[in-house]
Amino acid sequence: MADLSEYKDVWVFCEQREGKLMPTDFELVSEARKLADDLGQNVVALLLGGEGISEVAKELGGYGADVVRVCESPLLADYTTDAYAKLLCDKVHEYKPNAVLIGATTLGRDLAPRCAARLHTGLTADTTHLDIDTKKYIEFLRTSSTIDVDKQKFDLEDRNLKMTRPAFGGHLMATIVCPRFRPQMATVRPGVMKKGEFDQAKADAVKVELEKFELTEADIHTKVVAVEKAAKELVDLTGADAIVSVGRGIAKDVEGGLKLAQELADELGGVLGSSRALVDDGFVEADHQVGQTGKTVRPKLYVALGISGAIQHVAGMQDSENIVAINTNPDAPIFEVADYGIVGDLFKVVPQLIDEIKAAKAAE
Amino acid sequence: MKAIVCVKQVPDTSGNVAVKENGQLDRASMAAITNPDDLNALEAALVLKENTGCEVVVVTMGPPPAEGMLRECIARGADRAVLISGREFGGSDTFATSQIIAAGINAIGVEKEDVVFCGRQAIDGDTAQVGPQIAEKLGIPQVSYVTDIEKDGDKLTVTRALEDGFMKVEVETPCLLTCIKELNEPRYMNMYDIMTAYEKPLQVLDYPALKDDPLIETDTIGLKGSPTNVWKSFTPPQKGAGQMLEGTDVAKQLAGILANKHLI
Repeated sequence: MADLSEYKDVWVFCEQREGKLMPTDFELVSEARKLADDLGQNVVALLLGGEGISEVAKELGGYGADVVRVCESPLLADYTTDAYAKLLCDKVHEYKPNAVLIGATTLGRDLAPRCAARLHTGLTADTTHLDIDTKKYIEFLRTSSTIDVDKQKFDLEDRNLKMTRPAFGGHLMATIVCPRFRPQMATVRPGVMKKGEFDQAKADAVKVELEKFELTEADIHTKVVAVEKAAKELVDLTGADAIVSVGRGIAKDVEGGLKLAQELADELGGVLGSSRALVDDGFVEADHQVGQTGKTVRPKLYVALGISGAIQHVAGMQDSENIVAINTNPDAPIFEVADYGIVGDLFKVVPQLIDEIKAAKAAE
Repeated sequence: MKAIVCVKQVPDTSGNVAVKENGQLDRASMAAITNPDDLNALEAALVLKENTGCEVVVVTMGPPPAEGMLRECIARGADRAVLISGREFGGSDTFATSQIIAAGINAIGVEKEDVVFCGRQAIDGDTAQVGPQIAEKLGIPQVSYVTDIEKDGDKLTVTRALEDGFMKVEVETPCLLTCIKELNEPRYMNMYDIMTAYEKPLQVLDYPALKDDPLIETDTIGLKGSPTNVWKSFTPPQKGAGQMLEGTDVAKQLAGILANKHLI
């Protein structure tokens, strides 16, 4: 077995699209900073892109990266599994990082498993919480689990990366470790880790290293012929302050229910969300879906209309600051996570609510 | 030419899921279904069969009862099935699982025009890792999140979904594609294929059948060969009960609360 102590630093694979960094990059660098501080190691950002991509590198320093390693090539402008996997794996072999974090975007979830398989190491998918320090992990369990932590024994010296993720549609949480191999790899759910404060002085001070590497067209077995934005504007669920979500409760009048929900969302300055059921049934586009297989959100206000509260859905919205639920079924599990519940028909309550909100705004 | 489809039998996590006192999942209480994305993968293979006359082979790793799911896949139109099953394979994480399935696919054989189809992810683990890891172990290119496939000789032009749009990618066969539900509408089983489902070949590949593949080593398969392991598993706590609003003026009450909290 390789000497694991040779492996140092927490790496973040920083994804860019069309030359722009992704919001996830800043979330992951901020999180990596905390982990690296607990290890007494550095945060290294790896940035692959077309020529000139190094110009956006310094911003990563503002969120906590000590070093940004940049690979620039026309062959890296668009994401290809082959080129990106080759460079990530080559750089891991060269520098031997302790851990590698990758955003669980549609591209990150393509790249990470390919690399983990090549590097012969473990990969944990879609993590929502990360710890190095066991004491911090115990405190996390104290607030986030039903485990009586005081009755359990923990190895306080353990310095493996503890990677926690929802399992079985959010019914269980599992903390995964990769004790025998390095780097420890995880993809991290976008929108879950908190982005730190941007620090201009640190951005100015960050070391940007232009890397040497080998990559030719022969290494790449796919060819990107077009990258296109969806015709319609996609909803920004993770960035919204208010989300009004609908579930099967609108089934008796889907069109009317969607219209009401959209009106309420507009009144609250928010966006429309949805449970999985309506997406699966084809009534709502997938980019509106909240939940384990949709997006994880934590808006200031989450309004659940006619949503029963399947754990699959709850896993994606339970960290919202204020949760309102309106449902005809008083036993619906959504009321267990709601801060404010109304048992009633949304088709009656929501129009009243819209009027009352308008009145309250007018009174201010 | 073959279309090889990787499928998985999973507990139906969309229905009622029971968790036992010890924090383990009560699998016995849940229905076993074919993983939804895998049905889209199978459908894509069946479309390819209609267009090219290729053979469709379904493959799964699982306990012997997974045969029922494979027979269902045959009843939907697959030509034959391969069940990878063995005690030695138990406890595998995604890395070890992909080693074993890749060895199984090597046993089936991958030729120039072949395409391996997988679902994007299984609803029990939601990792989306096994497909790309199989592609790496087979040494063939991959495209994930596939929503459209056009075939022109040994070249495919596929559309893959992004968060905010899509990417069109050309890829040469053999390759591996992971499929999402936007790709197609899975067909139902048909009467003729249901009647003959048990007459079509089903091959079982156990540890002795695969052990000579270089991918199969004691330190690359099963629990021992898995780089990751579960350190702790736990159930999230129920949030404290919130406030139920009652009376004829619930909308007004709620608007008042939202105003007080500066949410409107």
